[in-house]
Amino acid sequence: MEKDTMIAVRGVSKRYRIGQINSTTLQRELQSWWARKRGKEDPNRKIGSKGTYGDLFYALQDIDLTVHAGEAVGIIGANGAGKSTLLKLISRITAPTTGTIDIAGRVTTMLEVGTGFDGELTGRENIYFNGTLLGMRKEEIDEKIEDIIEFSGLREFIDTPVKRYSSGMYMKLGFSVTANLNSEIIIVDEVLAVGDNDFQNKCIRYMKEASSLQGRTVLCVSHNMQQIRKLCTRCIVLDQGRIVFDGDPEEAIRIYLHQQVREETTIDYSDIARPSWLKEQPLFLHSAHFAEERSSFFHDEKIRLVLDCSAAADIQGVSLRIEVRDPFDEPTGTFILYDLADLRKDERREITVEYPLREFSDGTYITVYNFFVRDELGSNLNIENVPGLSFQVRRKRTAGELDWDHRNWGKIALQGAEVISVRDRTERPEEGK
Amino acid sequence: MNEKQDPRHVHIDAKPDLLDLHLGDVWRYRDFVVSYTQSYFLKRYKQTILGPLWLLINPLINALMNLFVFGVIAGIGTNGIPRLLFYLSGHGIWNFLAAIITSCSVTFSANAYLFGKVWFPRLSIPIANTLIATVEYAIQLIPFLLCALYFALTGTFSIRWGGLLLSFGLLLWLAALGLGVGVIVSSATAKYRDLSLLVSLFVRFWMYATPVVYPLSEVPQGLAYTLVLLNPVTPVMECFRYLLFGVGEVSVGMIAYSLILTVLILFGGLYCFNRIERSFMDTV
Repeated sequence: MEKDTMIAVRGVSKRYRIGQINSTTLQRELQSWWARKRGKEDPNRKIGSKGTYGDLFYALQDIDLTVHAGEAVGIIGANGAGKSTLLKLISRITAPTTGTIDIAGRVTTMLEVGTGFDGELTGRENIYFNGTLLGMRKEEIDEKIEDIIEFSGLREFIDTPVKRYSSGMYMKLGFSVTANLNSEIIIVDEVLAVGDNDFQNKCIRYMKEASSLQGRTVLCVSHNMQQIRKLCTRCIVLDQGRIVFDGDPEEAIRIYLHQQVREETTIDYSDIARPSWLKEQPLFLHSAHFAEERSSFFHDEKIRLVLDCSAAADIQGVSLRIEVRDPFDEPTGTFILYDLADLRKDERREITVEYPLREFSDGTYITVYNFFVRDELGSNLNIENVPGLSFQVRRKRTAGELDWDHRNWGKIALQGAEVISVRDRTERPEEGK
Repeated sequence: MNEKQDPRHVHIDAKPDLLDLHLGDVWRYRDFVVSYTQSYFLKRYKQTILGPLWLLINPLINALMNLFVFGVIAGIGTNGIPRLLFYLSGHGIWNFLAAIITSCSVTFSANAYLFGKVWFPRLSIPIANTLIATVEYAIQLIPFLLCALYFALTGTFSIRWGGLLLSFGLLLWLAALGLGVGVIVSSATAKYRDLSLLVSLFVRFWMYATPVVYPLSEVPQGLAYTLVLLNPVTPVMECFRYLLFGVGEVSVGMIAYSLILTVLILFGGLYCFNRIERSFMDTV
């Protein structure tokens, strides 16, 4: 390793098994084994997964990465590209399948702020617990406790059990413990997605200082391109477990956003990773395609979208959101279709929906298909979430219509405004007098 | 950079040396072990009425129950040791072992969340659990000492006070055994969750196969006797009684057998634990 190399990742791959749910009950394992023995379908295999029992899936493949002291490296990529897996490998939460990783320094992992806080314990007690959990010695904490309390701005509540803290206070305390660690490497995963603006800015400022002034190394995953721009001096784009770009953040962001635009008219979802927040997945979307078999439309057309899905359980009132975004990942608008269908367990359905384009201005749009159901209280419970098909819209212009000014007018060509009447209110001298 | 000499350097390899048990990491995290133990007690006895007094009441109730069932109803002898002392000491020692095994056995399932968010030597959790059991044992010793004092003052029976000090050495032996079994069970339940249902059953079965509520001398010769002799806790139990009360059946052979088995179980357990720990996060 060179002198200022802080992280050296060499030929690292991470493999998971599809279909095999590794932690299992003995009963399930016997069940699966018996089914395979008789040549039947494994009852414990995830429905819809194409792979058979024991098929391998690479979350990361042949990753080589060298990070030097003082660098702030951003990691971007679509869901399932392997960003979090990479962070978890470097922070030793899970082990690689092949390759080696060398780390020259203490690592602070901020996959979450305030990990291990216990509601029953007071702020001060939690500082000790959390600090030692993150590798500090007790004497070190004794020395720094005043700084930590000061930094958190929670002095008057420090001897109150943290279960009485607001979520904002909780995060402030967690962050101030982490911020006072003397680690050479800081690893952050979407921490900045939580908390208010002030808190986010504080985090960014802190990490910016850590890398540029103190020469520490920062590695961060974010979906927020603005944060990547503000913080990172270098950026990596991951795609399906491989590094496809490594270098200037602006260029990386351009490549990433370009990746998001798909020109296909059909997507097979069998092997596409779902976002990690998707806890339950009773509904599985196998594929989606445009009935017209093209991705370019005029604004007076409608898109007919065909969705092929199956259910692993009875689901009442399956609803769908088609979330539309511009190529910079800014939300444009959303179509919501309530109660499309009721699905029974093991049923497979082809659902066709249609949506109009008359309000879209010229341009390319990316989409997310999000299936959901509503619980008794009417709140939203997401059951499936995948990147959708992109489409281009061209407005047919009649003679004399203006070119759309995206910068000032936005993305939506609002429709429906009408002239009701035009009355003459001019004051004129009365005629005939 | 000289990688070997820098203690902060970490090398992660897909093909690790599984015999390297990373005990150095655990030592570096010793303050965490202490802090974990402290917060356990802080949490446990906040919002309880009697607080740690429960630790005194529990063994007393248990000893009285054993006294009634095994002493009065079943009429099992105690080698001339006052019954209350016999059951209190047996229960205390056994509880120490059982607490280590049961608390270690849920290492992975109880801490899955923590394990998924931050790295620290995973072994520090079972070690902290052993420390917790030790502290609880020390507290549980109080009712035993009070009873012993009572019997000594009334002149009915005197324990060997010197033996009491020596008996703390036996705790180390028992802790090693408990830790070994605990990490084996935790590794197994990380893979097969339904095994965790068997843990309490297994611990109870093991207790009855150990001279806890009966002395070894009361066991009839035959299969039962062999079974009890094969149990590595038997010599510890008998040693303990010998040190404290001056009665007990124990031989050098039995001690050597149990010690060797303890070392094997401990290192076998640490090895299993190390293997499971590396990939555990992929399975939840």
